[in-house]
Amino acid sequence: MASDHDHDHDNTLSETVLRVKALETLLVEKGLVDPAALDAMVDAYENKIGPRNGARVVVRAWTDPAYKARLLEDATAAIAEFGYSGAQGEHMVVVENTPTVHNLVVCTLCSCYPWPVLGLPPVWYKSSAYRSRAVIDPRGVLRDFGLAVPDEVAMRVWDSTAEIRYLVLPEQPAGTAGLGTGALEALVTRDTMIGTAKVRAP
Amino acid sequence: MNGIHDMGGMHGFGKVEPQADEPVFHAPWEGRVLALRRALGAWRKWNIDAGRHSIETLPPADYVRMSYYEKWFASAIKLALGAGLISQREFETGRRDPAAPVMMPPLTADKVMPAILKGGPTQRETAARPRFSAGQSVCAREINVPGHTRLPRYVRGRRGTIERDHGAHVFPDSNAKLEGENPQYLYTVRFAARELWGEGANPADAVYLDLWEEYLDGA
Repeated sequence: MASDHDHDHDNTLSETVLRVKALETLLVEKGLVDPAALDAMVDAYENKIGPRNGARVVVRAWTDPAYKARLLEDATAAIAEFGYSGAQGEHMVVVENTPTVHNLVVCTLCSCYPWPVLGLPPVWYKSSAYRSRAVIDPRGVLRDFGLAVPDEVAMRVWDSTAEIRYLVLPEQPAGTAGLGTGALEALVTRDTMIGTAKVRAP
Repeated sequence: MNGIHDMGGMHGFGKVEPQADEPVFHAPWEGRVLALRRALGAWRKWNIDAGRHSIETLPPADYVRMSYYEKWFASAIKLALGAGLISQREFETGRRDPAAPVMMPPLTADKVMPAILKGGPTQRETAARPRFSAGQSVCAREINVPGHTRLPRYVRGRRGTIERDHGAHVFPDSNAKLEGENPQYLYTVRFAARELWGEGANPADAVYLDLWEEYLDGA
């Protein structure tokens, strides 16, 4: 049974639904927005642009040293080789995890995130808890994700304060060199490319 | 502005709580808000920096309470009203003013994917030469800009090292006020965690920020 609190929450939500619908109706009536364009935008981010894009980039870097060199030198151009470009990924930088360096990406001022390769950010990335703590207590944040980074491994936190967007190139786990591209891509989760997880062998 | 949005280094917001198998949108209205705000942006009455500032200037208590897409929705209304795309009366009644012309939307369905793939690059050509180069010591200025700025409080007055020069980029402080792009050099600056947070921080750790030339002094 829902509590009173949940009823209140549901009422607030349904009010938001109605208000959004009312604004959309007005904007369409005025010819300010095309409803088919709204459908196309939602479809793009629900079905076409997401972390599978980033996983393809990562696996290519793992399996093709020349591509990895291009990716670390000019990530925007190397990522565009896959056809991934544009909104919120106009200027890309890839940072590489190694046995001695662990990278973590945040945006303390809003919620900047590399959309062309990761899609839209998850709720936790946009939360006050993550935005406030990632820079002052990155190791504590990673413990919230169940990841312990040893003291001797350097933490590099990238606060996306401008229009440069960051993608973490995670380490390829030992014993996976024989896997095919598809199997490798399945190991590369969204969080491994933000820096809140490591890639695990199957 | 020294706003609630500038939350790097604050305490008290609790643990980070990831959700397993999170959907892209938790309800259809979230996707509509994302799309509405971007479709309105196609009118080019404002820019990305003005859009961010419209969110930063929400009342602080609302900012903390509202979800991301609730903030985007509030911002879309503020921007559309502020730019005169809709009138206050239209917003309140939900009906088009019969005297207002019916427009042709600039963003049609066929233009959505090309617009996404093109995006809005912010790098600009400049005749100016960079003041700083990689390896140089700098100090983030102790400045308190009342309008939009991308210099977080937690690095002001702190020393760092230039890591990388990204060329000239649109300067958000002026762009947000629609006072011009004023492109200037943008640098990645490395700050040692101990410089920012004191002796308790791990000596190996560092925070990297992308900062415009006007935010920096030589040190």
